Amino acid sequence: MSKFAVSFEDKVFKNLDGDLDWSIEGYKERGGYDRLAEVLAKDPKEIINSLKPCGMRGRGGAGFPTAIKWSFMPDPTDEKPNYLVCNADEGEPGTCKDRDILRNDPHTLVEGLIIGCHCLQAKTAYVYIRGEYHIESVRMQEAIDQAYEAGYLKEGICDIYIHMGAGAYICGEETALLESLEGKRGQPRLKPPFPANFGLYGCPTTVNNVETIAQMGVIAKKGLDWWTQFGSENNHGTKVFSVSGAINSPKNIEVALGVPLKELIEDFCGGVKGGWDNLQAVIPGGSSTKLLTPEEAETAIMDFDSLKQFNSSLGTAGVVVISKDENLLDIMLRISRFYKHETCGQCTPCREGIPWVYRDLEKLINGKGSIEDIDKLVKLTHKIEGKTICAFADGAVWPVQGLIAKFKPLLEEKLK
Amino acid sequence: MDRITVDIVDVANEYKNSKNEHYKSKMERADQDFKWSKEQLAHIETIKAKYPDNEKGKKSTLLPLLHYAQDEFDGWLPVKLMQLVADTIEMPLIKVQEVATFYTMFNLKPVGKYHLQVCTNCACMVTGSGKVLTSLKEEVGEIEDGMSKDGLFTITEVECLGACIQSPVVQVNKAYKFRQNATSAKELVQKLKAKG
Ligand SMILES: Cc1cc2nc3c(=O)[nH]c(=O)nc-3n(C[C@H](O)[C@H](O)[C@H](O)COP(=O)(O)O)c2cc1C
Ligand code: SF4
Ligand code: FES
Repeated sequence: MSKFAVSFEDKVFKNLDGDLDWSIEGYKERGGYDRLAEVLAKDPKEIINSLKPCGMRGRGGAGFPTAIKWSFMPDPTDEKPNYLVCNADEGEPGTCKDRDILRNDPHTLVEGLIIGCHCLQAKTAYVYIRGEYHIESVRMQEAIDQAYEAGYLKEGICDIYIHMGAGAYICGEETALLESLEGKRGQPRLKPPFPANFGLYGCPTTVNNVETIAQMGVIAKKGLDWWTQFGSENNHGTKVFSVSGAINSPKNIEVALGVPLKELIEDFCGGVKGGWDNLQAVIPGGSSTKLLTPEEAETAIMDFDSLKQFNSSLGTAGVVVISKDENLLDIMLRISRFYKHETCGQCTPCREGIPWVYRDLEKLINGKGSIEDIDKLVKLTHKIEGKTICAFADGAVWPVQGLIAKFKPLLEEKLK
Repeated sequence: MDRITVDIVDVANEYKNSKNEHYKSKMERADQDFKWSKEQLAHIETIKAKYPDNEKGKKSTLLPLLHYAQDEFDGWLPVKLMQLVADTIEMPLIKVQEVATFYTMFNLKPVGKYHLQVCTNCACMVTGSGKVLTSLKEEVGEIEDGMSKDGLFTITEVECLGACIQSPVVQVNKAYKFRQNATSAKELVQKLKAKG
């Protein structure tokens, strides 16, 4: 067995595939809610301090060390209570792990939220679920109701509420999410102030991804030694990868961080359709991350730091496999169209620039323009990157930059 | 871009010229002063209870109320229905419209009884969403004023539905249909047509 495989015992999400009983009885049989009282008896700040060396980095895309983020939260006051907000907006193309956690393993998240609320001294947690996840939200609500009934959640002491989004990718950005939760257009806030100081309703708030919160709960229960046996320094633990596209067994799978991409594709997910030699490109971590070539995919290691070597990143760990049977240019143009559709419109470089990038790429793909126009497009993307309120615009130009840097001959071919 | 330039349908507009009878009747039904029933008001109280009992908390009910209004009415949000939501939260109509126009799940125009939303983003594209979309369009037939002539279908291309490992994905109202292909898409429409 691969050394990156995780045993049933060690899995955070024991029912990711939905084969077992998702309800509280099933969850408890698998060891759920045991030792919860022990954790809740400890001092919140001590727990956070003890978790700092765990090498746990946020699973929502940016990879910020979670315990450090938690330590930014001030003590609550009567006027300004603390909030924990769970980001279940999951909209990055290629990413679908949170959905399976919500519908198949909701109690792992509920227990994580209870522990998270304790650590952050929050009495209320909101779970912001993307509006399309209807049955997932119903399932999550059932789990919450069961936890109240069993006494793990107590009104006024720790409450969890679900808030549904309504179709806007940008609401996954944490401050846009807070705006949306406050009943406004989902337009990101200028930072600082950061949510830990000025978050939901102006109160101290921590926003974390579904997977992050669930995993933090389990680390708090099982301890550092257990967690750090997986992965490497700064990249510890297990991680859920969504592997889709031209793959024989598309799936969500929890393996150790640091798994080689080739092993993930070939051994864990049944291999590339038509064989490894049929591979054209891989999107390693959701549509915002830069493409990997087959040569890069051969040696790529899937963690937060290693993918930098190829100028790419782990992002949301949504791996999309693209084979030689597909038209890579059309796929990248479709991704560019996605960003054009989703810009929130606040910053000029993003609102005007991203549609411009799309139009220029479309022209090139249609064979209009000259080789110099390819470089002009790259220059344009540099005028957008890093010049906006949120990271959306960066994520919108990276895929285009990646395409041009690594697959330029495909475009040149069109312009001949 | 698209969410910056959306239009709101004004019921007073010239919908009477539409050749789609179903569209017309939906527009006629939307031209009324909406009121919540007692049961609906009771449900709204449970929504309010999730948020702090103050001005800010009240504003948080806007998205849930828009969802609720759309579900309870005819699957879309005419201006007069938004007015009802505005009155419920004691907020100006323009604020409600500002928010409703930002989110793609709020339908600002009538939609057919079955809203077919086809993901055509990367993972679905790789696994054949193009053929699924073509097949759905063929089987549904002519679209007039946003819906088929029988009032049953609206087809919308959407972004990643977050179920990429089961692609291509089509959302029919609130339910997801997985691993679609040209044939299954055709059968899906036929089944819904038979159901009426
Ligand atoms: C455009 C954009 C979209 C995002 N979408 C999501 C999302 O759907 N889910 C998520 O957890 N984080 C998303 N993020 C990251 C969040 O802003 C935030 O970093 C994250 O929720 C923090 O959680 P973590 O520390 O657990 O990773 C997005 C960021 C950007 C810029
Ligand atoms: S970068 Fe784009 S999405 Fe982010 S705030 Fe600016 S306009 Fe909105
Ligand atoms: S790309 Fe279609 S569901 Fe994600």
